[in-house]
Amino acid sequence: MPQLHIVLRNCGVIDPTRIDTYIKRDGFQALNKARGMKPEQVIEEIKASNLRGRGGAGFPCGLKWELAKNSPGDEKYLICNADEGEVGTFKDRYILESDPFSLVEGISIAGYAIGARCGYIYLRAEYHHLLGSLLAVIEQARSAGHLDGFDIHVQEGAGAYICGEESALMESIEGKRGEVRYRPPFPPTKGLWGKPTVINNVETLMNIPPIMLNGAGWFKKIGTERSKGTKVFSVSGDVDKPGVYELELGSTLRELVEDLAGARNIKAIQVGGATGRIVPFSMINTPLSFETILGAGAITVFDESRDILEIVCKTLEFLAEESCGKCAPCREGTTALVEILNTIRNGGGRRGDIVDIEELSRAMMLSSLCGLGQGAPNPVVDTLQYFRADYESRLATKEGVK
Amino acid sequence: MVERRIGAPIPDRPPDSHNLLFLLGKAQSRFGYLPENLLCDISNSLGIALGDVYGVATFYSFFSVQEQGRHVIRICKSLPCFIKKSQHIINVVEDATGVKLGTTSPNARFSIQLVNCIGECDKAPTMMIDGRVYVDLTPHKISRILKDYE
Ligand SMILES: Cc1cc2nc3c(=O)[nH]c(=O)nc-3n(C[C@H](O)[C@H](O)[C@H](O)COP(=O)(O)O)c2cc1C
Ligand code: SF4
Ligand code: FES
Repeated sequence: MPQLHIVLRNCGVIDPTRIDTYIKRDGFQALNKARGMKPEQVIEEIKASNLRGRGGAGFPCGLKWELAKNSPGDEKYLICNADEGEVGTFKDRYILESDPFSLVEGISIAGYAIGARCGYIYLRAEYHHLLGSLLAVIEQARSAGHLDGFDIHVQEGAGAYICGEESALMESIEGKRGEVRYRPPFPPTKGLWGKPTVINNVETLMNIPPIMLNGAGWFKKIGTERSKGTKVFSVSGDVDKPGVYELELGSTLRELVEDLAGARNIKAIQVGGATGRIVPFSMINTPLSFETILGAGAITVFDESRDILEIVCKTLEFLAEESCGKCAPCREGTTALVEILNTIRNGGGRRGDIVDIEELSRAMMLSSLCGLGQGAPNPVVDTLQYFRADYESRLATKEGVK
Repeated sequence: MVERRIGAPIPDRPPDSHNLLFLLGKAQSRFGYLPENLLCDISNSLGIALGDVYGVATFYSFFSVQEQGRHVIRICKSLPCFIKKSQHIINVVEDATGVKLGTTSPNARFSIQLVNCIGECDKAPTMMIDGRVYVDLTPHKISRILKDYE
């Protein structure tokens, strides 16, 4: 299946520094159309489209907006999550570079729908080089009169993966350590500065203008039963053509990594980054969707030359380092997993170690406070399922010693 | 940072001058690190306990409470870069600068750190120097790049 560009429709087509090139591509017509409707009607349209969040969790976008809109209070916030810290993800960076105007338009529509007067873009520190152009784009939209008094503020992060998690992100915007909040209350009820808040990923908001222009009925025809529209993937690792690809949801892994990105001799594919899933080559025909595997669309391909234990160890080292430390199962659990996995990798493991990491993984999944700790065992659990021999062969070398 | 039109509604957003993260970010980019007396000043002016100011200053990897070199080299060590031989890049940068990981050169020209994914994995291996991103690194490229930083 070829690529289908909805989110990326303007990328490489417009000049991302010039608003007139965006206007020529129907720029800000969706916003004008939305402003001619009641906020409730805009939310109905997004609900009817079945658009789900592209930041990883897949929460229904329209429902989130409705919750915030219906929360009492006239001070509300819209936050665009441009923290993109997931290992192997770079699609939001590509979008910010190539079509920031659509993002500004999507943010403005969302702000109008939920009744916010102020929107934030939380930009990761690593993307500081995009700050200048982003501010210039906002300024162009403002002086052309498209923002209509709506204030869009760019707040920069300072280097912390966990700040992509929505409650840690809000703590960070408030100037604090990026530690995860206990929930409930959820952001649409009580978010930034204690006010009703919607947090959406960059790619989610990029879908808003085309849905408003073409209608929910058009959007619903694309994708699978429970995953409508397209997904933008970041493909890296052992492929000939790494990069950003946009495909209809439900396209297979094979179409993406073999047909488009040119992967060969695949051993394993990590889908969704560090807390995502690791699947063997035999699952290459799996469709990519919320009901199967997806995450935020990070796809890292490993060929036959790669060592599974090395992949798992590196992934867990990342998570141990980036754990915010608020809850013990994750803080202690990620460190313990790194230690045991490295011992196994170096040939010093005992048979009981595998039982231990399986038990620890279960405990972490059940009792961690946020998606980092809950998802941290995924790479371990998956590789134990699909690549168990890689673990056991390491143990076997020491069998005689014990 | 952003100008507002006259007559536009007053924004709900509290001002940046009261925001600890914003002030620390400004100080970090101005001085290259967060000196102790500055943290005390910020603590006093915002009425936030010094311990909490330190708590924020040490939480984020782009802040440093220790003096840094004039240029901070951040080499990506995450998996997509790792399998594209980032370790080799680390060795070459160490050799070319004479600085070990996590340290600063005696003439304070460079500090070197390892960081996690900087969102350029399609062009691995990668690194940043100060705010700039360098991609598709090769040993040959590195000596040329470093020449631009005195
Ligand atoms: C550890 C962790 C890191 C996350 N990082 C990001 C991120 O970098 N960008 C993002 O959009 N969402 C990230 N999320 C998901 C957010 O919490 C949130 O679900 C998302 O921004 C909501 O937007 P959406 O509904 O449009 O997807 C992260 C979640 C967790 C648990
Ligand atoms: S699961 Fe990990 S990252 Fe999430 S709150 Fe607990 S310690 Fe922090
Ligand atoms: S892993 Fe190095 S840039 Fe993403």
